[in-house]
Amino acid sequence: MLETIWFLLWGVLWAVYFVLDGYDLGIGTLVPFLGKSDTDRRVMFNAMGPFWDGNEVWLITAGGVTFAAFPKAYAVMFSGLYTPLMLLLFALIVRGVSLEFRHQVDSPAWRKVWDWGATIGSFVPALLLGVAFANIFMGLPLDENGVFQGNLLTLLNPYGLAGGVLFVLLFVMHGALWLTIKSEGDLHQRAAKLTRKLWPVLVALIGVFVVLTAIYTNLLSNYLLNPLMLVLLVIPVLALVLLRQQIGKEQWWTAWGLSAAIIAGLTLFGVVGLYPALLPSSISPDYSITITNAASSTLTLSIMLGVTLVFIPIVAAYQFWLYRTFAHKVTEKELAQDGAY
Amino acid sequence: MDVLMLSRLQFAMATMFHFIFVPLTLGLSILVAIMETKYVRTGDETYKRMTKFWGKLFVINFVLGVVTGITLEFQFGTNWSRYSEYVGDIFGSLLAIEATTSFFLESTFLGAWIFGWNILSPKMHAACIWLVAIASNLSAAWILLANAFMQNPVGYVLRNGRAELDNFFHVLLNPFGWQQYVHTLSGAFTLAGFFVMGVSAYHLLKKQNIDFFTRSFKMGMIFALVFSVLVAVQGHHHAQEVGKIQPAKLAAMESLWETHENAPMYLLVVPDEKNEKNAIELFGIPGALSFLAHGSFNTPVQGLKDWPADERPPVMLTFLSFRVMVGLGTLLPILCIWAFLRRNKLTETPRLLKAMIFAIPLPYLAIEAGWVVAEVGRQPWIVYGLMKTADAVSPIVTSQVAFSLVALTLLYALLGAVDIYLLFKFAKKGPAEA
Repeated sequence: MLETIWFLLWGVLWAVYFVLDGYDLGIGTLVPFLGKSDTDRRVMFNAMGPFWDGNEVWLITAGGVTFAAFPKAYAVMFSGLYTPLMLLLFALIVRGVSLEFRHQVDSPAWRKVWDWGATIGSFVPALLLGVAFANIFMGLPLDENGVFQGNLLTLLNPYGLAGGVLFVLLFVMHGALWLTIKSEGDLHQRAAKLTRKLWPVLVALIGVFVVLTAIYTNLLSNYLLNPLMLVLLVIPVLALVLLRQQIGKEQWWTAWGLSAAIIAGLTLFGVVGLYPALLPSSISPDYSITITNAASSTLTLSIMLGVTLVFIPIVAAYQFWLYRTFAHKVTEKELAQDGAY
Repeated sequence: MDVLMLSRLQFAMATMFHFIFVPLTLGLSILVAIMETKYVRTGDETYKRMTKFWGKLFVINFVLGVVTGITLEFQFGTNWSRYSEYVGDIFGSLLAIEATTSFFLESTFLGAWIFGWNILSPKMHAACIWLVAIASNLSAAWILLANAFMQNPVGYVLRNGRAELDNFFHVLLNPFGWQQYVHTLSGAFTLAGFFVMGVSAYHLLKKQNIDFFTRSFKMGMIFALVFSVLVAVQGHHHAQEVGKIQPAKLAAMESLWETHENAPMYLLVVPDEKNEKNAIELFGIPGALSFLAHGSFNTPVQGLKDWPADERPPVMLTFLSFRVMVGLGTLLPILCIWAFLRRNKLTETPRLLKAMIFAIPLPYLAIEAGWVVAEVGRQPWIVYGLMKTADAVSPIVTSQVAFSLVALTLLYALLGAVDIYLLFKFAKKGPAEA
């Protein structure tokens, strides 16, 4: 029971990370496409300025919770996916410093370097997280000792790549929506236009991905056993439909919320399909890393559950305060302030 | 080189690089919070300018600490997966608690502080930097308790082929961890004090913004004076604790080969690891080591030969790092006392000011050396007496680690250089005009 609760929390933490840092990664990816002028690009950076670091901590927490609640899953996942994780790490490091360094020296060449740093440092994590999770959904070549029998190319299979492209597109849509909330004028118009153009592509890609999921993975077997749970797929699909309507009405906050629901819904749809495995083995189901063979002791799981139930709501409360305090548009006046990116 | 050696090098590089930035974060956050509190209380604009100037340096330093911190969490899984699986029940929990209780607090409120100058009320704005300061110093407690489990494992039981949590309070109250906490924090606060004194000294020497930098200098001075004395005094107790819990580490710190009652301390020693002796031992003070280690001249101190060769830490590195740390740890309070005596005649004491500029790197060196003593001195164990480092490494391919080590080193070197360039640039530029 405790293991199952932790399994769900594990999925929820990843989903929250994707929802929150997802728009940062999306905006970073969009810099060369939407940032026509230096002011445009500054608005884009300032749109995530107060938030990105707090968002990234959800990744640290998702990683930390994997370590605490399912040490074996953490060990196998991080060592098995060694090279992609290192690339993810390098990219996130470059992303973070690019945001912080860009505005420190008044030189176009300097800014250009960090613009590219932000773009590459955002695009690569989006892609890699998608590739990694698609491969986890499909199953990793884990032997009886949990050792990953493959390399980087093993992960770049059609389904893995489809996952990567899907994540990039989800995050780009999410980022463009956030930008419509935070920007005004021409940049706002261009971001809005982009969301309208992206929507049909996103619908097509999600459709393809769901079909590929049925072909390549066993995720659906859980749902066939318990069709009621298909509600989980209804949420993102419904949100996807409503998203187009809200984009049409220019209700950007609602649209962003729906986009968040799509990301969280798809993540949880996948994670619940995995249950009770955290990392299924494609070699043999006997070698899968599951909540039974990977979980921490009952004592640790109980203490950690207490810590989580106390602190995560507190975190949610003050992060909500942060978002409310900085919900306004990034204006010229805002850009002139001390500390602005 | 094999996966083990490459992974150890990578861990050392990533951790030591990360720890170039962390101590300043720990100490400067508090100093900036005090400055801003003084501004809010008195309305004195100089304190506001101080908050902004030192706050800017704080933020530039902070970002590298944050981004390189992700590496630290990841690398237990990537390179030390067998370790992670073995102790995750305890060690992983401490990391997860650190993230939930501290990292969120730190990052969220730093975002609010950086961007909130014109949005938050002055009191709320000052509260944000206090929360950042509290959160960073709280996170240090969790990570040091995690490290203390590797140094002095407590509160566990061996079950299901791994170390499982038996008593959470024993883990939380690990005396070794709290020694490390006081030691690390006092060291970090000393470093921050010296940083503020050194940068201020540069401007005082140039006779610019004298009031601004005299106030800053004095704040840094008080901080550095108090904590450099504390770190030295407490360091002595910490070493005694090491002597009790990790006698082999103490023997390596002192390069003591034979067990002695009335163990002497030599002022000049050159270890010779191959021949299990010291090539040079001069100026011995009889019984001094016994006294320092155990508080009595007669108590025996164990020599390295009490352990088989494969259970001894690398002697030379541990020994030298300990000397560097203790030597600097002695020098720093002396510098602080000098500064204290001349505190009202700073601009008339250019020699002090020059010394303080050159002293900026010294606490950095002392802290890094201290971590080498702690971590290299713990070898060959990853968890003292419980698991060897060689048994902890991931089943990964050498080329993977070679690639990541080279790439990480290049990336860090580049970003470190940029960050230090920016710190220099803004430190030299001085505060905005009043």
